[in-house]
Amino acid sequence: MVPLSYYLVLSGILFACGVTGFLIKRNIITIFMSIELMLNGVNLSFVAFAAQWGKLSGQIFVFFVMVVAAAEAAVGLAIIIAVYRTRETLNVDQVNLLKL
Amino acid sequence: MQPVATTFFFYLLSGAAILGGVLVITRKNPVHSALALIMTLLAQAGLYLMLYAPFVAGVQIILYAGGIMVLFLFVIMLVNIEKVQKQEQFNKQWLVGIVAAAALGVLFVLVYMKGESLFPKHVVRLAEESNTQEIAVLLYGQYMFAFEIASLLLLVAIIGAVVMAKKRI
Repeated sequence: MVPLSYYLVLSGILFACGVTGFLIKRNIITIFMSIELMLNGVNLSFVAFAAQWGKLSGQIFVFFVMVVAAAEAAVGLAIIIAVYRTRETLNVDQVNLLKL
Repeated sequence: MQPVATTFFFYLLSGAAILGGVLVITRKNPVHSALALIMTLLAQAGLYLMLYAPFVAGVQIILYAGGIMVLFLFVIMLVNIEKVQKQEQFNKQWLVGIVAAAALGVLFVLVYMKGESLFPKHVVRLAEESNTQEIAVLLYGQYMFAFEIASLLLLVAIIGAVVMAKKRI
């Protein structure tokens, strides 16, 4: 049996990957993928805690996190398409004004 | 079912997950990033199975690897990635990024060292045969209200996505 701390360390590494990608990338789509990576790191720790405590509430919460991630992905990607249509770029440094 | 070779599978799956996570933030081509993210998600589904959560593992594969990532790939194909690849990949914030990641790592380690009492000592084994049934009972009983709100959120997201991506409203 792998101890809980190993899963927590893995979840922390995945979260740190997401944070680093979010801060250093310029491509807006990759930034979005970094957010998904962070959400997944947190999901892993939820499931690990659920297995350790023997309670299912953690798994239920993962379900809700996935629902929110799906909603966020749909709206965010629609925004990306709208931004690309008006500005012809995906570089976040060139998309720093709400108004054209 | 008695688990076999859990340590080996843990290291295999976590290695795949970390490799995928690093590839996501280092690849130039967004398509490669998306494929690396799919690798991470599938490895995580395997880890969920090891943690006696077959329902969450199934939802992870169907919803994340099957649904959200297809959406990502569609959007990547809608925009012109050849122009994106020629641009500068990283911004000037790499120092801030590394400092933030290191601070987060230190925070996690501190919480783990100081918060001994937060973590349970003994493992309670979850029943994996009736996992889906128990989740359904909880979801439609105790968490009914949250479930309804989640469905409302999805409805709002559908309308928002359609309105936002439309050329002319």
